[in-house]
Amino acid sequence: MGDRVLMTGNDAVGEGAVRAGCDAYYGYPITPQNELTAYMALHMPAKGRVFIQAESEVAAINMVFGTAAAGKRAMTSSSSPGISLKQEGISFLAGAELPAVIVNVQRGGPGLGNISPSQADYFQAVKGGGHGDYHQIVLAPDSVQEMHDLTILAFELADRYRTPVMVLTDGRLGQMMEPLVLSEGPAPAPPDKPWAINGAAGREPNLIRSLYLVEGELEQLNIRLQKKYARISESEKRWEERDTGDCDILLVAYGTSARIAKGAAAEARAAGIRAGVFRPVSLWPFPGERLRELASQARRILVVEMSAGQLIEDVRLSVGERVPVDLEGRMGGGIPSVSDVLARLRALDTEGR
Amino acid sequence: MEEKAIYSRPDSLTDRPMHYCPGCGHGTVHKLIAEVVDEMGIREKTIGIAPVGCAVLAYFYMRFDVMEAAHGRTPAVATGVKRVLPDKLVFSYQGDGDLAAIGMAETIHAANRGENISVVFINNAVYGMTGGQMAPTTLTGQKTATSPGGRLVETMGPPVKMCELLNTLDRPYHIERVALDGPAGVRKARKAIRTIFEAQRDGKGYGFVEVLSPCPTYQRCTPVESLKFVGNDMAATFPLGLFRRGGERIDA
Amino acid sequence: MSRKFRVLINSTYCKACELCVAVCPKSVLAVGRSTTSKGIHCAETVAPDSCIGCKACSDICPEAAIEIRVEGDGQDRK
Repeated sequence: MGDRVLMTGNDAVGEGAVRAGCDAYYGYPITPQNELTAYMALHMPAKGRVFIQAESEVAAINMVFGTAAAGKRAMTSSSSPGISLKQEGISFLAGAELPAVIVNVQRGGPGLGNISPSQADYFQAVKGGGHGDYHQIVLAPDSVQEMHDLTILAFELADRYRTPVMVLTDGRLGQMMEPLVLSEGPAPAPPDKPWAINGAAGREPNLIRSLYLVEGELEQLNIRLQKKYARISESEKRWEERDTGDCDILLVAYGTSARIAKGAAAEARAAGIRAGVFRPVSLWPFPGERLRELASQARRILVVEMSAGQLIEDVRLSVGERVPVDLEGRMGGGIPSVSDVLARLRALDTEGR
Repeated sequence: MEEKAIYSRPDSLTDRPMHYCPGCGHGTVHKLIAEVVDEMGIREKTIGIAPVGCAVLAYFYMRFDVMEAAHGRTPAVATGVKRVLPDKLVFSYQGDGDLAAIGMAETIHAANRGENISVVFINNAVYGMTGGQMAPTTLTGQKTATSPGGRLVETMGPPVKMCELLNTLDRPYHIERVALDGPAGVRKARKAIRTIFEAQRDGKGYGFVEVLSPCPTYQRCTPVESLKFVGNDMAATFPLGLFRRGGERIDA
Repeated sequence: MSRKFRVLINSTYCKACELCVAVCPKSVLAVGRSTTSKGIHCAETVAPDSCIGCKACSDICPEAAIEIRVEGDGQDRK
């Protein structure tokens, strides 16, 4: 087993990236993810790897684009407004089929918003925040341990599918400290990348592009991408369930909200309400089939999220009319409390009887 | 009688005819880059970063690894490539809109970091691919699609002089402006490109060559007149010559 | 003894921009009278014996369409 340490979530992401064999990190200061950039500034050069504080988030994602094209593992991180700036680059990564890891430590929006934790970038992350028909894999940790583990997984999935992968987290998870067990041993070597541009020595020149002007070519690219997304959907859905076996009310939440939902569900159980929690870990692909199965046994669903109701749309798409779906949401950096959620559970429990 | 070629199409240029308009300087500079790559014997180590603009399809003509970049982000992409592949020859190829408008921040900061890359800047004073709009380097008074009455300094600002601007930074190793105004200008351009490629190979750092370049279509003249536009009109605004050599500023 | 040069213009690449014609110091080249399959008046050699091998045409040509050959092995002149 690896070392057990106490770390902030942001540092745990950084250490995960280092252990995953991240070759280059490019960042730009923005709260609440600054600890991560500082962690990389400290640890990447010490290991002979690349760290650049870029001139902007736009430059940072394009440095990632270059490093990914060169066949090396690259990561950038930011928080909501900075992630908005990276969307063009993410679309280019998707179009050019380049692997990369992007970490969004979400904060309140819209606009400059505030620096409180938020989950209001869900749509941007899972519906494709940039232009064009594309998806990125989105992983949502709910603990410092998962900040570490899912970052490592993000690098593996990015390489496996030649696609950008986002770790979608928030300022609370980024800045809280928890004990975690660090991954042990060297990460498995990245796959061969015969497509990389690294000098056409003894082979035909490689070309990395996302521009296809000849009629029909771009549609062919899109067809290939959609097939890839179908493969990812088949293989990479991840979720966690708690007390779903007999649950009457199913809470659905990810990340920080899931921690709150779990707390409220435990208290509800103690009060005799049969509550369970379904936590999507991959937000795209969304584990909708399992949720639909659970919806056939639960009487109600309560979605808890730190937004005006974004995750709830995917929940409704998954469960259809099988069961009523309600929202316990907070906006603009507000965080639902366990007692708020518990109160909703009590009300729904009474209402349904 | 035996014959020997004293000039032939460089190996690093593919066989594909280029899509540029007749007389366009892009073809000339592609050719020069390919010649320098051949002369230096670095075809298998060279990585080109193509811009958004007329030269976005440059990769069809270059027989070495090439990638695209988003509009203006070429120096950031080049940085991302070069930092993880320091033994390769990485150059960014950019037009005036790409380099001096939308990509100004990336241009300045890559130069300021002294990235060990080579930047070939095609300044033809106009946007080509989108249809002849005003560029940051459009000459004062020059008519374009978006400055139909001529570029007016009062509302549009004067043309941006990139060599002069970059020369205020400490880290660049070589900064030079040349003009494709005739065969002698072409030779100077070839030599300048070779200089910055060799500087990169030798780990000397950031090299920048601005090439004043014909765009007969949107400079609104014939190819032959375009040479004069470049050599006379453009060179009057953008003085030719060395600005930085061996990391030292050259006094004007 | 003056050496003999030959200028070869590849009509696959020539776009008839006429730059080679304009820069040739010896009027070796001219705009072709016949059109190519692309409908272009490809440049052609009209005074081959006047060529001094200065490479002005091959340097200015944006299409790398021009090849210049010299009799012998070309060793003594670059």
